[in-house]
Amino acid sequence: MNTIIGAQEGFFVLIGLFLIGALGSLALYRNAVLANIWSFFFAMIGSLWGIAFSLLCLQAPYALEIEALLSHSPLLSLSFTIDKLSGFFLFTISLIALFCSLYGMGYARQFFGRYNLGTLGFFYNIFICGMMLVVSSSNSVLFLFAWELMSLASYFLVIYEHKEESNVRAGFRYFIMMHIGTAFVVFAFLLLFKFTGSFSFASIGEQIALVPALAQSIIFFCALIGFGMKAGIIPLHTWLPAAHPAAPSFVSALMSGVMIKTGIYMMIRVFLDMFSAIPEWWGLVVLAVGAISSLLGVLYALNEHDLKRLLAYHSIENIGIILLGLGSAMTFLSFDMPELAVIGIIAALFHTLNHATFKSLLFLSAGSVISQTHTRNIEELGGIAKRMPATAFLFLIGAMAISALPPLNGFFSEWLTFQTLFQGVSSLDAISKWLFLLSAGSLALTSGLAIACFVKAFGVTFLARPRSHEAEHAAESSFSLIFSMGLLAGMIMLLGIFAGTIASFLREIANALINSSSVPQVFNSSFEGIHIGGFAEVSSLGIAGVLAGSILVIAMMVKYGVKRNQKVSIGSTWDCGVDLTSRMEITGTGFSRSLILIFKGILKPTKQTGIEYSDADSRYLPKVRTIAFGLADVYKEYIENPVYNLLVSISEWTKRFQGGNLNAYIMYIFVALLIVLIASLL
Amino acid sequence: MFGLFFKVFSTPDYVVSVADIKSEEAEVFEVGQKLEKYIKKLFKGSLAIREVDAGSDNSVEQELVALSNPFYDVERFGVRFVASPRHADMLMVTGPVTRNMKEALKRAYHATPNPKIVVAVGDDAINGGIYKHSYAVEDGAESTVPVDYHIPGDPPSPMTILRHLLLILEVIDEKKT
Amino acid sequence: MAYIILWIIQLLLIPLFSPLCVGIIRKIKARMQNRQGASIFQPYKDLWKLLHKDEVISQDASWVFRFAPFVVFGATLAAAAGIPTVTILMAQSFTSDIIVFIGVLAVGTFFLALAGMDTGSAFGGFGSSREMTISALAEGGLMFSLLALAFLAETTNLFGIAEAMASSVFALASLLPIGLAFGGFFIALLAETARFPFDNPATHLELTMIHEAMILEYSGKRLALMEWASANKLMIFMTLGASVFFPFGIDFSLSAVGITMGMLAWGVKIFVFCCAIAILESSMAKLRFFRLPDLLLISFILSVVAIGLIIA
Repeated sequence: MNTIIGAQEGFFVLIGLFLIGALGSLALYRNAVLANIWSFFFAMIGSLWGIAFSLLCLQAPYALEIEALLSHSPLLSLSFTIDKLSGFFLFTISLIALFCSLYGMGYARQFFGRYNLGTLGFFYNIFICGMMLVVSSSNSVLFLFAWELMSLASYFLVIYEHKEESNVRAGFRYFIMMHIGTAFVVFAFLLLFKFTGSFSFASIGEQIALVPALAQSIIFFCALIGFGMKAGIIPLHTWLPAAHPAAPSFVSALMSGVMIKTGIYMMIRVFLDMFSAIPEWWGLVVLAVGAISSLLGVLYALNEHDLKRLLAYHSIENIGIILLGLGSAMTFLSFDMPELAVIGIIAALFHTLNHATFKSLLFLSAGSVISQTHTRNIEELGGIAKRMPATAFLFLIGAMAISALPPLNGFFSEWLTFQTLFQGVSSLDAISKWLFLLSAGSLALTSGLAIACFVKAFGVTFLARPRSHEAEHAAESSFSLIFSMGLLAGMIMLLGIFAGTIASFLREIANALINSSSVPQVFNSSFEGIHIGGFAEVSSLGIAGVLAGSILVIAMMVKYGVKRNQKVSIGSTWDCGVDLTSRMEITGTGFSRSLILIFKGILKPTKQTGIEYSDADSRYLPKVRTIAFGLADVYKEYIENPVYNLLVSISEWTKRFQGGNLNAYIMYIFVALLIVLIASLL
Repeated sequence: MFGLFFKVFSTPDYVVSVADIKSEEAEVFEVGQKLEKYIKKLFKGSLAIREVDAGSDNSVEQELVALSNPFYDVERFGVRFVASPRHADMLMVTGPVTRNMKEALKRAYHATPNPKIVVAVGDDAINGGIYKHSYAVEDGAESTVPVDYHIPGDPPSPMTILRHLLLILEVIDEKKT
Repeated sequence: MAYIILWIIQLLLIPLFSPLCVGIIRKIKARMQNRQGASIFQPYKDLWKLLHKDEVISQDASWVFRFAPFVVFGATLAAAAGIPTVTILMAQSFTSDIIVFIGVLAVGTFFLALAGMDTGSAFGGFGSSREMTISALAEGGLMFSLLALAFLAETTNLFGIAEAMASSVFALASLLPIGLAFGGFFIALLAETARFPFDNPATHLELTMIHEAMILEYSGKRLALMEWASANKLMIFMTLGASVFFPFGIDFSLSAVGITMGMLAWGVKIFVFCCAIAILESSMAKLRFFRLPDLLLISFILSVVAIGLIIA
């Protein structure tokens, strides 16, 4: 059985299952119910197969290499390599796809009659298939094909609900930025081809020494910008908060949970696998990018009152945290300390897995709230915890995980990231030391702000009184939605409790990536704990046990220790004599306004007031006063608008050549011929 | 800051040394000791009072605030003034309960957990006092909440409030046995 | 076996004596105000009475409100389990890491803030907002002040730090970074335990409350747990400061004499901290809310300078 699933055929079966799901769903486009069941069923079967396949590949001592040459031209060889890194990412994709598909089957029922489910199923399966091809391809051209497939499929999913104007605009912005990023990636791969003469990842890795230093730096920046745009680093992130809320919730979960991680995967592949001796400043640049992204991501998230935009900004923050781990690993490798680099890689990979799980859970539960209340604005929600208790509990688990609260999984990956930064502070030279220290400071600030942001998100959405009619009449979602979210929450708790075991698996992957299995190990982990030299240690089981034990002990003591004749009566909130309406609760904007004003140098908050008078001529009695709080959009002002204006001005200037004058065109041809003649004589 | 410390340590315990003050102090202390004994017995050593101003002219409030000054210092006997009715054992209602504060007083009463005691402090709270029969008042706290005890006076001096509090606790003790 | 008994005793010390600390601080403040003040055991009587009272719970509150006090108190117990109190010979590797300590306390803060928002009163909401603002900014200063000592002792385990600080003799040059780190830690202590200049624990003005505003809706045994948890947190921070920055007299050998000396030393150090906090509270006013981030930034900068002096 193992050999069947784990062999080359297993990979083609995996791709085939998703393709069957896609094409079948398209064929069934007239019948919404059947298309729904067909597409998500095959997505689930494919994901289960993918989990089994990737686990088997992770166990295998060698990488699985698949070559299917369609022609003798080097441009069209289909070659896949599934080594441990690819296997890990395949596992993550399959895991999240499984839960999202289970959720999607129930969620997509709201599209019956409004949109075509056949196309949803088609693009959904192609999207997952594209992601799997991206992480397993080992040839640049094939990779670019798969990358484009993934981007296009996700574009069509973003604009799926095309009757909303904002979704179409968001999709357009996503499309443009994706292709700008892909252009940078193409340029990087072309440069690599020029110097190493090959498109295959393996041979590029072997001949990387042929690339001169300047070209290496250009490739580094192009790869960072191109893959970073997909991952969502600041300042290239502006598509993320537009596109992720526009897609259906289970697609947002997949996009935020795994698609942006493919950018991380390629960064690891290019910087750690292809390049063997990297200069020191590369790791420091990635570290700085990670620190800035995480801090700014969470600050922008604090300002948001659209639930899905808030979660999208948190994805940017977590990508920053992953990049902190990756940057420190790159720095340690450049200083020739592979035993410390291992910690950084484990931190980055663990956070990738963790973020995929808890971000998906958050998006899925947000999706079920939004589908019940038909609004994404948290200022119109409230009191959902009493009306949808299961969803509220699951969102709370996700919120606790993303805020890095023990004993859930987010805590351990953040602990590992901190530890790798601390190792850098104690072991590196002067400049790197200070960069690592400041990054650790920004990570501490980020995690504190993330807790604040999720108190706001959970509190304003789920607690207190409902602020609108729809929130008051929300009902609990259907079973498949709750079941899939519950499975994800269970996964989060398992990952948290078995953090040590997971870290030891990841250590195998890191060893395979940077060939460090023979180096004396600073990092040791097992079921009972993670140890880093003599510097730090943590035990996931211990923390979970102590926390659960203390809470149980105090609950028992209070319930049974004190005399049991106290009654609990239900009254109304103490309101000091005024009538408490839902307008008197804290709003999301008010909750975070203090923090935004504290950081006003970075965030540039704006305030606009408006007033409408009862009688416009004699302006004495105002009828309505409005006040709008916002943030100035620095990216639009300083990056997008200047680039746009530059392009437009260049176009305007070149427009002059197309005057419509036939004589001028003939002169152009003549001048061009003359130049070519002269050039060929020289 | 150091000037402040110097002042703290060099100020004598009382500013005006009159023989009467000593005897009053002794009386406060004596009443307070007995009060402390009853509080320990009936309220497990801690009595939390929430003062509800139901449209009062602040005369009673000033006397109640005086209970916390260094002379009377009612905190040393175990009595605490708390901010929220949820934290309170005893509600001290002051003022003749104006029509605008009727609802607020009722809500404060319902917000207080059992066991609770309601004391009407001052003639205004007992039966309307000098505002009796006015169109704007409800003539005393009895109209809105069930009042258990009265402390008469317009306003009662802090010593009176302490003595009456002691009497109240003695009555509660008798009722229990 | 002896370890487990000792661990349980050490764990119980903090909840048992934390109301006493609060009582001592209140008594010293009262004496500085030239009045007698309540007895130092008054907080015990308050808690005992509250545990026996009925409760009134708002109809707007959800299950988060009902469970939060248990989680908050449990988090303080779990944090107390991991700090060196009397002895440094506990085989404690799981909750004694700096980041784990901060994370466990963050669980308590998270649920406290949610409970403040749950009843839908205006005070609870902005109390939660302010508490999360202060807590987010204080986390950096707290972590980095402990980190300065961690780099000095080359371990992030709190017991390991206490042992290294107690057993090595530091050159005069190291006293400066330790002092700076302690300054940063003390500011973070005042922030996290809601004392002056961040918050006035004895105020009746809801508009100025931070911590008290979140527990305004609690009554009965849940209120007792919340107040006790806040006293626990004060005791935990003072114990941590005492054991890690001034580990004189801490027990090394698990002998009866050693343990008694350790307990005495701990008691004296806690008393000195209580006096310091009480005198500070009597001599300065609470700062305006938007000046508090500056103070927290000072805490962070002091810690960063301390680390810079140690690692450079």
